[in-house]
Amino acid sequence: MHLSPDETLLWQYGFIKLNATIAFTWGLMFVLAVGSKLITRKLSTELTRSRRQNLLEILVTGIERQIAEVGLPQPRQYLGFLGTLFLFVAAAALATVIPGYEPPTGSLSTTTALALCVLVAVPAFGIADQGLGGYLKSYMEPTFMMLPFNLISEVSRTLALAVRLFGNMMSGAMIIAILLTITPFLFPILMTALGLLTGMVQAYIFSILAAVYIAAATRTRKPAPSEPAPGT
Amino acid sequence: MLIDWFTVGAQVVNFLVLVWLLKRFLYQPILHAIDERERRIAAELADADAQRAAAQHERETFQHKNEAFDQQRAALFTHAMDEAKAERQRLLEEARQAADALRAQRRDALRQEADQLDQALRRRTVQEVFAIARKTLTDLAGASLEERLVAVLIERLRTMDDAAHAVFALALQTATDPACVRSAFDLPAAQRTAIQDVIHTAFAPAVPIRFETAPDLVSGIVLTANGQQIAWDIADYLRSLERGVGELLKEKGPPHTAAGPDPSDTAAPHP
Repeated sequence: MHLSPDETLLWQYGFIKLNATIAFTWGLMFVLAVGSKLITRKLSTELTRSRRQNLLEILVTGIERQIAEVGLPQPRQYLGFLGTLFLFVAAAALATVIPGYEPPTGSLSTTTALALCVLVAVPAFGIADQGLGGYLKSYMEPTFMMLPFNLISEVSRTLALAVRLFGNMMSGAMIIAILLTITPFLFPILMTALGLLTGMVQAYIFSILAAVYIAAATRTRKPAPSEPAPGT
Repeated sequence: MLIDWFTVGAQVVNFLVLVWLLKRFLYQPILHAIDERERRIAAELADADAQRAAAQHERETFQHKNEAFDQQRAALFTHAMDEAKAERQRLLEEARQAADALRAQRRDALRQEADQLDQALRRRTVQEVFAIARKTLTDLAGASLEERLVAVLIERLRTMDDAAHAVFALALQTATDPACVRSAFDLPAAQRTAIQDVIHTAFAPAVPIRFETAPDLVSGIVLTANGQQIAWDIADYLRSLERGVGELLKEKGPPHTAAGPDPSDTAAPHP
């Protein structure tokens, strides 16, 4: 019994190793990239278009709309990062219906890697939007005494991101594995369906939280509302 | 330890590669297609708006033209009506004038015809009177009309009262032109001599006398000298004859002009 697909080693040379996490990730990357390439090879700009193109357009515009609803005024600027986060986590969860597959998001290494990416991306987008000084100044809002708390918040939320996703995905896969040994027939199927749902929810939560963090970092300081005129 | 740092690094790289791959093969083409389609739809909508605006403009222009055409037609119709009315008035006036002229012409013609008839009747009457008188005189007294006329003239010259005699004598003596005797017929030489003798003896001895024949003369014989004239004529007889004939015509005239007998009665043959 293993907790993480990291433990399934396929090949190793020194500290370089190819485990199931990396292999399944590559598989997902291949499916996503090649599938996108195949569908977007013949895109129609006319009023009529194929069902697959419709599906991708709904997906992309849906992600774009969600990003805009979080409060990011230029959603296309963040679509590559946030959209890929969502698609990767969602695809990893969806693929659990394939027997023998273990989601790479069930590995704490993968979720840590994604959380680290968010940890780097948030200040990167913040600096790109407000400049270095403006971004660093936001750590001392509303007073400089908040600086340590802001720093702690930054680290803890990254940790929370990683652990939340890992816990949910790993537990889902593990519950199915355990139930398969106890009640081999109907119950695991129900749990797999539930796992799909929680996987979608986790993908949504992960990418939305990342979007919220980026929105918080890039939110430009708006001028305070003007004082009401005396006598009114 | 659940975290394998090599795997973490590899997954970071994998994730970044996936970001690039999806950007390259998914987001950009899809967004490009969407933008292209939206641009096309916007262009089509703008084109439709432009066409609608053009159609609206055309419709307004057409409406204006229609209204102008209606007004023009109404104006033309009114103008034509006025002209037709004026033309009708003019034609009626012309017809009335023509009728009046025709009536006047007919009245004149009738009057002229009546005058001519009157003249002819008068002339015929005179001729008849003379003819009757001449025949009567010849039959009963063995004398000609000419002789009687001259005799009557001579009688009048002789039996003039003094005042008239003096006036006529003065007229004969002061006349620059010769005295003129006009008669409806040629006078025989004996009568001419008789008249000359009477004038020479009774008024002035050497007055030249001229004789003329005037067939239409109503009176039988007229002696004129310097504005004075002595005549015997039948004008009085003619006037009384005219009166008698007029009264007779009036009695025999149409029923609506006089209370005469019914035409059917007059047309009935006498037993």
